[in-house]
Amino acid sequence: MQVLDYVSAGNVKEVVGLLTSNNGRARILCGGTDLLVQLRENRRRAELLIDVKNIPELNSINYDNQIGLLLGAAASCHAICHNPSVLENYPGLVDAIHLIGGVQIQYRASVGGNLFPTIIQPDSIPALIVHEAGCIIVGSNGTREIPVEQFCIAPGKNVLQNGEFLLAIKVPVVKENFGAHYLRFIPRNEMDIAVVGAGASVTLDKAKQRILSARIALGAVAPTPLFVEEAGVFLAGKEINEKNIREAARIAQAAARPISDLRGTDEYRKHLCAVLTRRALEKAIERARAS
Amino acid sequence: MNKKIRVQATINGEEFEFLCEPRQSLLEVLRETLGLTGAKEGCNNGNCGACNVILDGALVNSCLVLAVEIDGCNVTTIEGIATPQGLHPLQQKFIAHAALQCGFCTPGFIVASKALLDQIPNPSESEVRQWLAGNLCRCTGYDRIVRAVMDAAQSQEKTL
Repeated sequence: MQVLDYVSAGNVKEVVGLLTSNNGRARILCGGTDLLVQLRENRRRAELLIDVKNIPELNSINYDNQIGLLLGAAASCHAICHNPSVLENYPGLVDAIHLIGGVQIQYRASVGGNLFPTIIQPDSIPALIVHEAGCIIVGSNGTREIPVEQFCIAPGKNVLQNGEFLLAIKVPVVKENFGAHYLRFIPRNEMDIAVVGAGASVTLDKAKQRILSARIALGAVAPTPLFVEEAGVFLAGKEINEKNIREAARIAQAAARPISDLRGTDEYRKHLCAVLTRRALEKAIERARAS
Repeated sequence: MNKKIRVQATINGEEFEFLCEPRQSLLEVLRETLGLTGAKEGCNNGNCGACNVILDGALVNSCLVLAVEIDGCNVTTIEGIATPQGLHPLQQKFIAHAALQCGFCTPGFIVASKALLDQIPNPSESEVRQWLAGNLCRCTGYDRIVRAVMDAAQSQEKTL
């Protein structure tokens, strides 16, 4: 591990300054549950670690019924999953975030950090995609916002430019008759990495018989988390029935481009895509109906 | 000579001040600088839980925390669980149920179970198993550990 220096930054401006002046030699430290392991195994390098956990904007969880939810990039999974506003308004997000690691990891790991996957596909991203979440990125030229599905561009790579870092994740206010769910398949009961993960969200009409709009996203079946826009487009305006749900699941399955690895074969992953998408949709619909 | 940073923290109720390199984990400093060798290095990558400590009320893997991060914090290690009056009920029940064999994972399990009972004084079996999923034991098969924790919870309830 090459780390030579550590700074606990006090504000956003200081972080931008340190990132810019250290030109690629510095890394942001949130929970460190992924980064410290990678540094120790020489899979990543950093001479300076900039701890951002003590910056209020990065550590806060704010909900406003006009603006939506703002998750500071360093807010821990535990804090998010125990926040009353998050539990009340975003159960589909909690589904995914509470799956990240065991208790020890939950207390440290951040959802911001979960957006920086290397080999492992994160559980939070498909759930954030189906909630139409955005990444708020800050750099020397100010802030910019991009949809979560555009953040990762390749395994271990994202859109951040030199001097930029992830400030927060913004999740819009959920519409009326909205429901979402995320689930994954793992061989154990907990503490494992998804073989496949699937997130779905739906907005229903007033009578709750028809789908007005839907979003589906998959994890661990492509180089980056996969937003299957066409499955949502297919469901828009359709009646809620088994045939339509199965067709959306088939579209999601067709979009998946999994590889075979120690967690599962590509064929098995393809099979799981259809099953998990269907289950995610069914639960999302159940939640929308109960809302 | 690598840069060293001064850190002040409360560990098991006692004030500590030490110097550490930015790269050093809390686990490394606990064991090698402060002589608190109860927390064990198992995997050193956050999987096994043998190095568990309680950091400002949160259960953490001390291998995944940098020592410099604990400046101003409150840490409880396995050495802070028993009192001069005697063993903690969890420790007593681990003995009563023979919830250990080689004992390497035991400090982590006791600390994790302490954090659990601090949060959920009367957990269900499934809550115990879920909470302890981040602690690995290769000897016991977990059943005796779960029984010891459930029994400790019940005996704590009675004394309250």
